[in-house]
Amino acid sequence: MSVFSDWDILRNLLLAARWTVVLSLIAFAGGATVGLLLTMMQVSGRTLLVRFTRLYIELFQGTPLLMQLFLVFFGLSLMGLEVSAWFAAALALTLFSSAYLTEIWRGCIESIPRGQWEASRCLGLSYFEIMRHIILPQALKVAIAPTVGFSVQIVKGTALASIIGFVELTKAGTMLNNATFEPFKVFGMVALLYFLLCYPLSVASRKLERKLNVAR
Amino acid sequence: MSLVSINNVHKYYGSNHVLKGINLEIGAGEVVSIIGRSGSGKSTLLRCINGLEAYSEGGVVVDQMEVVYDDRQIRKLSKSVGMVFQSFNLFPHLTVGQNIMLAPKLVRKLPESEAKVIAQEVLAKVGLAEKIDSYPAELSGGQQQRVAIARSLAMNPKVLLCDEITSALDPELVGEVLKVLEDLAAEGMTLILVTHEMNFARDVGDRVIFMHQGLVWEEGDSKTVLANPQTPELSKFINAVL
Repeated sequence: MSVFSDWDILRNLLLAARWTVVLSLIAFAGGATVGLLLTMMQVSGRTLLVRFTRLYIELFQGTPLLMQLFLVFFGLSLMGLEVSAWFAAALALTLFSSAYLTEIWRGCIESIPRGQWEASRCLGLSYFEIMRHIILPQALKVAIAPTVGFSVQIVKGTALASIIGFVELTKAGTMLNNATFEPFKVFGMVALLYFLLCYPLSVASRKLERKLNVAR
Repeated sequence: MSLVSINNVHKYYGSNHVLKGINLEIGAGEVVSIIGRSGSGKSTLLRCINGLEAYSEGGVVVDQMEVVYDDRQIRKLSKSVGMVFQSFNLFPHLTVGQNIMLAPKLVRKLPESEAKVIAQEVLAKVGLAEKIDSYPAELSGGQQQRVAIARSLAMNPKVLLCDEITSALDPELVGEVLKVLEDLAAEGMTLILVTHEMNFARDVGDRVIFMHQGLVWEEGDSKTVLANPQTPELSKFINAVL
């Protein structure tokens, strides 16, 4: 049996952490794309679209991410679609983060005072012109800090993908622990790596919040 | 032919009957002050004139266009009717110049250069030519409201609706905004104001409309109406505000 030095453990964890980063980025990009679409549906004021997004958000906010992962991974294979752990994790995290991002962004758009809509309408601007020139530029500023803040949740959420066999930071930690029987050391390092990924994001979120608030 | 014609307009908010059959004819160049207690329906009436609020019954015609609560019609109306609000509602992320140029560019389809000339003109008119590159947050309340007036003027409206535009201002800033209105009135702009400025209504206004419980309770020449109220409601109101 080979012997793992501390460096070996760390090196393997770092290699696996790449996949945590990649999965986070995919989940964020996917979540943002779907979330933007859902946000537009939600603020459109059309009853059917609003109800659909409402249901979508309640569904994904009201169930554990782990169950969503299981349902995507095992559910799709039950329907005859063989999906990789990769695909299932990316899809489930996209669905999960889109629901939360939609909720954040809807709040940001609705935080823009009614008077901005009224003044724009009186000037003859159309719905899309108002969105494009008045509401979104202001909402974007409000949205940046909470959005960056939520990205921390996505990074930590990727840990659950280890359970369906996707080898990222947590899964690598479990495997290394099985080989070394040094849980405190291994999971300590795992936790530290997560912290190093998340801490800059939460600092950035706080800084952005302060900076953008002053500019308003 | 009147510029604004309001015909038996009713408005309900649920079971709340806010406007109970309003009839008004306002001619070009008239300065009309709408006064009354809060809740008397005066702001609602004003907002029915440019389609910001849908009325439940009756009809409103402005500049030979029927006012209906519909995006395309409101866009058309915006070229005839301007509106200024109590809370200014300037766009905080745009400079004064951009605030003014946006609608002429998007709605009147003017090129940037022409819109800029217009922005300079209307700003000069409200005495703020040097503020074209400032952001709204850098201006005083009075200056912000003057910019809001300039922004409406840039669309070259025939009638300007003013919804309590001095009510949010510190007392010492009210004068500069009223001065702008006075200049506009002297130039022949049609003004319809919801206001608590009784002196302005009397001295600059041509006509006063006193609203009470969703009805036009009393109306007529501003000096006469304010000096000789015919109803106890109006004399009570005048005593309360003066």
